[in-house]
Amino acid sequence: MSTARAERLVNLVLCLLSTRSYLTAERIRGIVPGYADAPSDEAFFRMFERDKAELRDLGVPLETGRNSAFDATDGYRIARRDYELGEIDLEPDEAAAVALAVRLWDSPELTGAAQGALLKLRAAGVDVDEDAVARVEPRVRTGEPAFAPLLAAVQAGQAVTFAYRRSAVGEPMTRTVEPWGVVSWRSRWYLVGQDRDRGAARCFRLSRVVGEVRTVGRPGAVVRPAGVNLMEHVLGGSQDPKQTTSARLWVAKGRAQGVRRQATVVGERTLDGELGDEVTVELRFPESAAGWLAGHGMDVVVLEPDVLRKTVRERLLGVLDAHTRGAGL
Amino acid sequence: MNANKAPANTAADRLPRLLALVPYLIARPGIPLDEAAADFGVTPKQLRKDLELLWMCGLPGYGPGDLIDLSFEGETITVTYDAGMSRPLRLTAAEATALLVALRALANTPGVVDSDAVRRTLAKIESAVGQAQPAGVVVGLTMRENEATGRTREVVLSALAGRLALRIRYYTASRDEISDRTVDPMRMLLVEGRSYLEAWCRLAEDVRLFRLDRIDQVEVLAEPAAPPPHARQHDVSEGLFRPEPDQREAVLVLAPDARWIAEYYPVEDLTELDGGRARVRMRYSDMSWMVRLILGQAGEVIVAQPDELAYAVMSCARQALSRADHLSAT
Repeated sequence: MSTARAERLVNLVLCLLSTRSYLTAERIRGIVPGYADAPSDEAFFRMFERDKAELRDLGVPLETGRNSAFDATDGYRIARRDYELGEIDLEPDEAAAVALAVRLWDSPELTGAAQGALLKLRAAGVDVDEDAVARVEPRVRTGEPAFAPLLAAVQAGQAVTFAYRRSAVGEPMTRTVEPWGVVSWRSRWYLVGQDRDRGAARCFRLSRVVGEVRTVGRPGAVVRPAGVNLMEHVLGGSQDPKQTTSARLWVAKGRAQGVRRQATVVGERTLDGELGDEVTVELRFPESAAGWLAGHGMDVVVLEPDVLRKTVRERLLGVLDAHTRGAGL
Repeated sequence: MNANKAPANTAADRLPRLLALVPYLIARPGIPLDEAAADFGVTPKQLRKDLELLWMCGLPGYGPGDLIDLSFEGETITVTYDAGMSRPLRLTAAEATALLVALRALANTPGVVDSDAVRRTLAKIESAVGQAQPAGVVVGLTMRENEATGRTREVVLSALAGRLALRIRYYTASRDEISDRTVDPMRMLLVEGRSYLEAWCRLAEDVRLFRLDRIDQVEVLAEPAAPPPHARQHDVSEGLFRPEPDQREAVLVLAPDARWIAEYYPVEDLTELDGGRARVRMRYSDMSWMVRLILGQAGEVIVAQPDELAYAVMSCARQALSRADHLSAT
């Protein structure tokens, strides 16, 4: 931004803040230094339109209106109560929390916005030491190319369409979504919204979005339903189940420490000529636990329940079968 | 550590800075120029240019009494007339979102920062911002943890605060081993939703990351934590798994149900195959860990290379099946 333009814009803000009545573009042209340089009416209006857009982009609340019914055109002013940041006074530990919050983002979109907020808090008199050391320094990155357009669509309330690869299907499919929000969970970003093709709420992993995200329809068309809990949509069924399944296992002596640290030894037992312990363990997710137990190979044998014993056996058979075929052996 | 600092003076940042400068200076009469420049992330030279510009701005009339007036004393600045610009501009929706979402994430994360301070900050900023609350961005930093991990965290934090060494019983998942170690705590880390203690391990004689939920016992020792001067912090910005020169490499074929492996672990050279399958190259340090991973996948993962790994997987599967059959025979 040129010095002349920056100066003109600061003067425009000061002028509109100081007026109670609406000032027309013509009045502003006559008052605010810089506009008089415009060589023609057309050049002035172009200049003024650009300046208004710049101020609105920065969040300056430009009001338009007329002072009386006799005015021929709209005028402009800035209401001080809408312009000014409210009073804020932070204790040192609160200012430290702000510094940590600003540092949380490792993202071109969010870091810039957080820095902008920090600048204004400082201008409001808050002292924030950006280099204060915290016990833990969490970071949230936004590496996915789809993040910026999806965040913009969420903030604009605009539907989007993109190619999406489901884990179970290789070929990407086109999805059209009314975006409600973006969620970061365990360092991964998700989009939550109404899937127009499915007619239901869906959660999309940003890393599986293929290619470009395009907007559909007008901004403001998407309204997030009241009371929707975005995080719940992402967690879905992965939350801790209330009930656990109890299993009895044989574990070879001194082996499978990962299983042992979650288990209770109930006795010794020799199996297949090897000494081991009989243990009990509470499983929260029996299905994924079958893979975990199968991974221990001959060091862990499921005794009960029968369904778990069979699942582990099928898994091992699957491994053997796939490798016999796959490797051509 | 300052990767997140304000970018150097770009043209687009100038107007927000100009609008913030006068209120900033009003709040800090007589502030040294250097200090103000550092807070705005610009050079003292740039800040001087900004102040010279503001000096030319003011209220209609634009006479000596209408323009912003600043007084310089030595290298310090004081505002003598603000021309009506006494408060900063309110936060934009994007700024409020970035700050409030981050604060909420911190408030819901145990052990990072005093949660009470974060909640007080949230309340103050929400009231000062005074506009629609951001609802389109949510960040969850941690997985839900059990009580034992919470207790471990308390002990680890107290050792860090008191700079004391720790005695821990730790489960090493990659080798499926439990060991007792004396460690010199360095810091706590939060990576991909899990908490870690970074410490100098006297057993390994190296810096190690210990996942809190894998510390089975912990005790604060009466001796000071003394990581050697050459102990270096890990760079976890790219995640926890780092390719190391002595690692082995496997080529795996992932069926659709096992594609999560390519998203969970760092893999290279992903090639799409028919039927939604993918071929990837994956590094690993410990053979037994890799065998356990593949044995658990029910044939959804096939080892294409090396043969040594494929044979190990098949042999382990056969032995396990034979032992299980032995059970039904008895």
